[in-house]
Amino acid sequence: MSKRIDAKDLNVYYGDFLAVEGVSMTIDAQAVTAFIGPSGCGKTTFMRSLNRMHEVLPGARVTGQLMLDGDDIYDPAVDPVTVRTMVGMVFQRANPFPTMSIRENVLAGYKLNGARISRSEADDIVERALRGANLWKEVESRLDKPGSSLSGGQQQRLCIARTIAVKPDVILMDEPCSALDPISTLAVEDLIAELKQEYTVVIVTHNMQQAARVSDKTGFFNIAGTGKPGKLVEYDDTSTIFNNPREKATEDYVSGRFG
Amino acid sequence: MATPDDTSTRTSTDPSTGAAPTRSTGRGGSTALSRSDSRGVFGDRLFAGLALAAGILILAILAFVVLFLTLNSGPAVVDDEDGLIIGQFVDYAWPLMIGTLIASAIALLLATPVAVGVALFISHYAPPRLSKPIGYVIDLLAAIPSVVYGAWGMSFLAPGLVPGYEWLHENLGFIPLFAGDPSQTGRTVLTAGIVLSVMVLPIITSVSREIFVQTPKLHEEAALALGATRWEMITMTVFPFARAGIISGIMLGLGRALGETMAVTLVLSPGLLTASLISSGNSTIPAEIALGYPEAPPGSERQAQLIAIGLVLFVITLLVNMVARWIVSRHKDFSGAN
Repeated sequence: MSKRIDAKDLNVYYGDFLAVEGVSMTIDAQAVTAFIGPSGCGKTTFMRSLNRMHEVLPGARVTGQLMLDGDDIYDPAVDPVTVRTMVGMVFQRANPFPTMSIRENVLAGYKLNGARISRSEADDIVERALRGANLWKEVESRLDKPGSSLSGGQQQRLCIARTIAVKPDVILMDEPCSALDPISTLAVEDLIAELKQEYTVVIVTHNMQQAARVSDKTGFFNIAGTGKPGKLVEYDDTSTIFNNPREKATEDYVSGRFG
Repeated sequence: MATPDDTSTRTSTDPSTGAAPTRSTGRGGSTALSRSDSRGVFGDRLFAGLALAAGILILAILAFVVLFLTLNSGPAVVDDEDGLIIGQFVDYAWPLMIGTLIASAIALLLATPVAVGVALFISHYAPPRLSKPIGYVIDLLAAIPSVVYGAWGMSFLAPGLVPGYEWLHENLGFIPLFAGDPSQTGRTVLTAGIVLSVMVLPIITSVSREIFVQTPKLHEEAALALGATRWEMITMTVFPFARAGIISGIMLGLGRALGETMAVTLVLSPGLLTASLISSGNSTIPAEIALGYPEAPPGSERQAQLIAIGLVLFVITLLVNMVARWIVSRHKDFSGAN
């Protein structure tokens, strides 16, 4: 189910601009890995290169190697569509499909495979995914209502349900709680802790308490100045990063002295 | 020196000025606060008045058109000697109604898929360097006068289609649409429909393109991140988002097709209503009016008859637009507007 990711000397470009330089790291399976760092340091860019989503922007490209359990996802023979079915993504702002009901939203990714499924199978998938996202009890009576009728926190969990319905190996989360209130944030954080039983979870967050609460390992990204590429400064167990970091910059950042 | 500038920007951007008079301090007009408020209120009221006047003007013009058509079409249905002659008018009008609808339907059936495809190509497939020029060329199609389309359809397209009509008649003649002797000049209702489709193409394309590019990136990325191909992403996010817009575009195109006079008058050699699209025959309301009006004596029953079918065309257009509105509003909950 869950897979390990190995990045080897990965550079990410937007056109000629080098946005992220020389990242080498191993993201463990069945664990939560958090990326922290100031705005514009390339953590989101790096994350989007993990499922080839950055390619959606014109001119974006990558050099180096990115292995998903040993398979290079940037091999020319690999279809980015296949990569994205294996590496799912949850966005900063909840984005359920507005023209679809809650039920259709959960099944949206599943139906892309073109597999014909019976109604009872579909019911099973919807219930399992919504239970997995801790949303089932709140929406089971109104599955045919539009997804956009839910609250912000519920919408974000609906997006998580939609992502886990297709059974990916890895789930990427790009600041999933930045638009949510503290109660909804808690619900999503609890969910993240459960998700790591089955999935490899990578989360980008600006909230350092959140990184400390939910993650097993933390990567600190930083940027030397405007126009310079972002770099992975330090990557270690979360407790080490927050209590006993090797680098001065990391210590300054986690202790709130800058950023 | 900066003070006047400051005041003016503040008054023009302050959204709360509409309710300001009730909150005024009552110390007279000397403070900066009350001065800027009164100017803002004046601007607000002026603009509200202008918008209201524009809206009323549109309604008034429409009302006058309806009034004119209704008053002048009386003699078409009431005769001094025979009394009510509605049956006679209906016999005259319904073949023209059907002919108008057939020509417009052909135009929309041909133009809509092409227009949506072109709009999609411009918005989601073509590289930026290519999409801009294509957009300009399509918009240029809308700028060609209809008489030019008519001349092109009559002297170039119609003769060119004659072999095609003969082939259709020989191979698909068992279908009533292609029964009957194919026209030797090619000036049939199908030719008129094809010319009309070229004329409505830019309208539907422009409207669709504008809507397609407004699809939220957030939703497109959601689809892609689930493992959608580009086409799947388009069917999941772009089309549902643009549905109302596409229908509006089609309705604008239909409006032009229903009312198009010059091109149809030139292309079509009018005749009696026939099911065959490739024989000469059929006519449309605008073409009938254009051909008949100059020869109708003022105040005669014939002129009233032509004005009355004009009223019929107006009602058809109104009904079509209401149906389109209804279609658009049926799925309001799921439109993404909430």
